[in-house]
Amino acid sequence: MLVVKDLHVSVEGKEILKGLDLTINKGEVHAIMGPNGAGKSTLSSVIAGKDGYEVTSGTITYEGEDVLEMEVEERARAGMLLGFQYPVEIPGVKNVYLLKAALNAKREAEGLGEIPAPEFMKLIREKLAFMQMDASFLQRAVNEGFSGGEKKRNEILQMLVLEPKLAMLDEIDSGLDIDALKVVAKGVNSLRNEDRAVLMVTHYQRLLEHIVPDQIHVLMDGRIVKSGDKSLALELEAQGYDWLQEETA
Amino acid sequence: MTALATASVPGSEAFASEFAARKARFAADPSWMAARRQAGIARFEALGLPTRKVEAWKYTDTQALGRQQYRLADDASLAPAVKDALALDVDAYRLVFVDGLYNAELSDVAGLPDTVRVVPLSDAIVNQPEVIGGSLNRLTGIDFTPFVALNSAFTEEGAVIQVGPRTVLDKPVYVLFLSRAAVEGQPVTMSHPRLLVQLGSRAEASVIEHHIGESGATNFTNMVSEVMLERGAVLNHYKLGEAATGETHIASLQVEQPRDSQYRSINLNTGGGLVRNDIVCDLNGNNAHARLDGLFFGRDRQHVDTHSLVNHNEALTFSDENYKGILADRARGVFNGRVLVKRDSQQIEAHQNNANLLLSDRAEINTKPELEIYADDVKCSHGTTTGQLDETAVFALRARGIDEQTARGLLTLAFANEVMTGLGIDAIAERIERSVAGRLPSRFHLDELVDLSVELGGGAVAVARDEDFA
Repeated sequence: MLVVKDLHVSVEGKEILKGLDLTINKGEVHAIMGPNGAGKSTLSSVIAGKDGYEVTSGTITYEGEDVLEMEVEERARAGMLLGFQYPVEIPGVKNVYLLKAALNAKREAEGLGEIPAPEFMKLIREKLAFMQMDASFLQRAVNEGFSGGEKKRNEILQMLVLEPKLAMLDEIDSGLDIDALKVVAKGVNSLRNEDRAVLMVTHYQRLLEHIVPDQIHVLMDGRIVKSGDKSLALELEAQGYDWLQEETA
Repeated sequence: MTALATASVPGSEAFASEFAARKARFAADPSWMAARRQAGIARFEALGLPTRKVEAWKYTDTQALGRQQYRLADDASLAPAVKDALALDVDAYRLVFVDGLYNAELSDVAGLPDTVRVVPLSDAIVNQPEVIGGSLNRLTGIDFTPFVALNSAFTEEGAVIQVGPRTVLDKPVYVLFLSRAAVEGQPVTMSHPRLLVQLGSRAEASVIEHHIGESGATNFTNMVSEVMLERGAVLNHYKLGEAATGETHIASLQVEQPRDSQYRSINLNTGGGLVRNDIVCDLNGNNAHARLDGLFFGRDRQHVDTHSLVNHNEALTFSDENYKGILADRARGVFNGRVLVKRDSQQIEAHQNNANLLLSDRAEINTKPELEIYADDVKCSHGTTTGQLDETAVFALRARGIDEQTARGLLTLAFANEVMTGLGIDAIAERIERSVAGRLPSRFHLDELVDLSVELGGGAVAVARDEDFA
C-alpha cells in the first residue's frame, strides 16, 4: 500500500530524515517509536503534505501513485489521513460542516454523489455514540476551546466518518488520560480491517497495549534502525534507546 | 446657468448644470420644497465635493465625481423578470425604485395594518406635506456633508415608513433600489433617494434597504436616510449594498433615539466601485440602545468606507458596534468609528470592534477607532485587528480532503460569521454567503444542516459550551 524509499527530508535546510525505508501492506498496523528529535512526526507530515518539509531525495508511493506529486487534498481523498498531534482550532467552522464537506469531497473523488441528509445524520449519530461524544459538539467550532482529550477524540471521529485506507496517527496518545485513551484506541481499532492500514507515531509503549501493532520500527537520527514485532516495544520500555544507538554505531 | 457654472468650488458644475436644466421637472414643488432645493444647491456649490484635505474624507477621494456629466432618470421601467432576478426572495411589504424613480407595478404593500404607512416620498409630499415638510432634513440638515446638500437639491423619491404607536409590524418592509445598466454615450444616471422611517412609541419594525445594480450599471446614488424613533420603539435596519462595480454609492444616515428605544443597523456591503456610508446615532434618552453591525467585502479595486458616530448624549445609554472587513485583490477599506460621550453622560456603555481580513498583499484597510469621553463613570472599549487567513487552518481542512478554494471560502465565511449569526433574515445571509465564499459547492448555510442542527437540539445557531462530551 505505502512504500517509502530512501527518503531524505530537510526542514529549513536541516536534514531530518536521512534515508528512510518503510513498507506498509494492507491490513497492517505499524508503530514508529524513537527518541525526541529523531524525525518521527516528520514522516507522517511529509506523507500528508504539510508545508515546510523539503524532500531532497527518495520516493513515496501509495497504491502505485507518486504521493509527492499529489495535492494535499488529493492525498486525503485517496485515503491517506493524518490525525494531528496538535489539532488546529478553526473558529467559526462548525464540526458538522467540516465533516460533511470532507465526506462529500471524498465521495466526489470516488464518483459517488453527495451523501443524502438522513444517511449523513444516521452515520454521524452512530460515530458520535461510538466515540462517546455528545451531539451538541457538532454545533461547536472545530476544536475551539476543546480540551486536549476532546481534540484527540475529534480527530478519531473524523477518521471514523472518512474511513481512511491509511490512517496516520501522530502521538494520538499525548495528553490523554487512561479513559480517553481507551476510547481513542477503541476508535482506531474499529478502523482496522484487511484493506486498511495504520501508521502510529508514539513515545510510549502504553498506546501499543491498546492498539496492538504488527510491526514496530525504531527511528533514530533520521533512519529506521530496528524493526520488530510488538515485543520490541517492551524491550524499549525496559532499556530505552541507548543500547540501539550503540548497536548501530 | 452661467452664474452656476462659474462657481469657484471644483466639482459642482456638472451637478449645477443638471439642476438648472431640470427646472421644469421641479416646477410642481410646494414652496417649502422649492426653497429647500435652492438652499441645497447653494450649499453644495459653496462646499463642493469633499477633498482629501478634509479629515473625514482623507482616504476616500470623491473628486472624480466632479469630472462626469449627470442626468436624472426619466422613467422607471424595468422588466419584472429583471427585478425578480436581482431582488431578495423575502415575504415583505415592498417598494421598488428604478434609477431613483418609483415603480408602482413592481411594488406591493397590500395588507399593511391601518396604523402603518409605507409610501413613496412623492406621494407623501403631496398627501402629507406638513408631516414630511417638518421631518425631511430635520436630523441631517443640509450641512451634515456636501452630499446631503446635494441630495436636498435633487430630492424627489424614496421611501417613507411610518409605524403607529404599539404596532408590531408582522413582516419586514423591503425597499429595493435598482440601477439599470448604463446606455452608451449617455451621461451617468444619478439619483438622490430618501429613506424616512418614523416609529411611534413602542412600535417595532424591520426595514430592508437593498441597493443592487444590473451588471454594467454606472449610477451615482446619493442616499440620505433619517430614522426617528419614539420612546420604546425598536427598529432593525438591514442595508444590503450590492451595487454594480461601476457604481458609486454615497449614503448618509442619521438616527434619533429617545428613551428605551433600540436601533440595530446591519450594514452589509459587497458591491459598488466606490462606497461611502456615514452613520450617526444620537442616544438622547436613558436606556437607548444602538447596535451597529457591519460587514464589508471588497475585491478588485472596490473602495468601501464606513464612518460612524455614536453620540451618547444622555446617561445610561448603550452602544455596540461590530464591523468586519474582508478585502481581496487591490480593494481598499476604511473604517472610522467614533464614539462621543457628552459631559455628565454617566454610566453609559460603548463597545466597538473592527476586525479585518486581508486576502491579498495589495489589499488595504485604514481603520481608526475614536473615543471621546467627557464623563467619568463609563464603560468603553474598542479594538481593531487586521490579519490574514490562518494557513494552518487551511492545511487542516485540505488534509481532510476539502479543496483549497473551498477551504479558503469556509474560513473566510467563518470570519464573517459573527456578523452573519442571528441575522434573522435567511435570504440576506444567503446572498452574503454567496458573495463572500464564492464557489462553495453548496450553501455554507446548508438547509439540511440547519435542519440537522435543529433536530439535534442545538438550534441553527446555538453554540454549546459545556458538557459536550459525555
